[in-house]
Amino acid sequence: MFSLEKLVSIIQAWLQSTLRDPWAYVVVCVMVGVAAIALFAILGLMLVYMERKVAAHMQIRLGPNRVGPMGLFQTTADTLKLVMKEGLTPDGADKFLFNLAPFMVMIAAMLILAPIAFAKNFQIWDISIGVLYVAAVSSVAVIGILMAGWSSNNKYSLLGAMRSAAQIVSYELSAGLSILAIVILSGSLKISDIINSQADGWWIIKGHIPVIIAFIVFIIAVTAETNRAPFDLAEAESELTAGFHTEYSGMKFALFFLAEYINIFIGCAIGATIFLGGWMPFHIGNWEAFNHVMDFIPSSLWFIGKTVFLIFLIMWFRWTFPRLRVDQLLNLEWKYLLPISMVNLLVVTLMAIMGWHL
Amino acid sequence: MVLLSTPVDYLPIAMMFVVAIGFVLFVMFATHWMGPKHKSKVKLEAFECGIESKGNSRLPFSIKYFLIAILFVLFDVEVIFMYPWAVNFAEWSKHGLAAFGEMLVFLGLLVFGLIYIIRKGALKWE
Repeated sequence: MFSLEKLVSIIQAWLQSTLRDPWAYVVVCVMVGVAAIALFAILGLMLVYMERKVAAHMQIRLGPNRVGPMGLFQTTADTLKLVMKEGLTPDGADKFLFNLAPFMVMIAAMLILAPIAFAKNFQIWDISIGVLYVAAVSSVAVIGILMAGWSSNNKYSLLGAMRSAAQIVSYELSAGLSILAIVILSGSLKISDIINSQADGWWIIKGHIPVIIAFIVFIIAVTAETNRAPFDLAEAESELTAGFHTEYSGMKFALFFLAEYINIFIGCAIGATIFLGGWMPFHIGNWEAFNHVMDFIPSSLWFIGKTVFLIFLIMWFRWTFPRLRVDQLLNLEWKYLLPISMVNLLVVTLMAIMGWHL
Repeated sequence: MVLLSTPVDYLPIAMMFVVAIGFVLFVMFATHWMGPKHKSKVKLEAFECGIESKGNSRLPFSIKYFLIAILFVLFDVEVIFMYPWAVNFAEWSKHGLAAFGEMLVFLGLLVFGLIYIIRKGALKWE
């Protein structure tokens, strides 16, 4: 059976036998870095392709189908085009901040990648404060967006950045509270502990209705935090052209675009890890034969499957709900989601005291 | 349970940081070198759908956005306070309901504050 864990241990054993101690560590670091960048590139290409295909099929079109088999190379071709374009810095812009903003956005996206468990024992960094770290770093991206909007010296950009910041910052709260619900149930912030606590059933099944409410709140918050429809008024095409990245062109624009899709992936990966068991296979009570068949599917496939399912859900939202106004958006968060998730947190603690989740 | 950690444990952050900066720097310089460089005055103007842009765009904007940011800081600090409580909750709840009662009071105050700001009209957009 294919497993990433075995692959890693083989590589590590080989490195330690051939190289002296500090050098083995350095080589591992370089390999992880290259793997992370490769993952970024593949994710960006595949998610954009998936977005276009999903959108097309929802509207009874075919979507990209000319470049390569089934249009698979369409996004690669688009990226090549963007690479060959001129990256302008407009005259009125604050040149330093304008060029610093893509760095901020990409650094935030790259840093959250570290604690995500892609498969069993396949994780860059398993730290004891995993979930808190994710919650903390994910708010850093707001700085990059504000920077981009303000430094562009464009009215659309400024308005888009303001809306985007208000939105991301507000929905951060209910996302944090719904993650807390699971922290209470599993009693740890460590990602691997949270996954191991779901060995006998994912939290969404074990946790009954309160966890399902937390999950729904979390998915809404992720949709809003990644500025996606129906919460995409930060870059509402008909009123603000492209929001905070109106003035960006060429590869600088592509970096924002990439970071946006990476953030969708990361949000969905965190949701899959916390609520749907990460790489944990689907088990039913004591159906031994069924559980064995489920164990046979590699853990990386479970993780990718759950994450892609959540991403599909978010892409589905885009073609189902109409866009909200900014006051409706903030009302939804402050008057409904925030009180709901606070009360839900209390219900979850009550559940933990009574032991209903066991 | 040993939760002590040394600075070396946080090395992956530094590594990811360097990888991210290196990646963006490489991409920006490579595309700058590869792409065309034809600059004209019109091209470098701020984009406003073809209409000539008037004045500075760093205009005063609605104070509501600022208010939302301040409210976020307040509430996010409260949420951060709940993390250590949530981690230790399972341990504490074995010794009675004190931990639950305290959180009830804390969240009660928080909801009271939320009702206050909504009543004050902090979230009203005209």
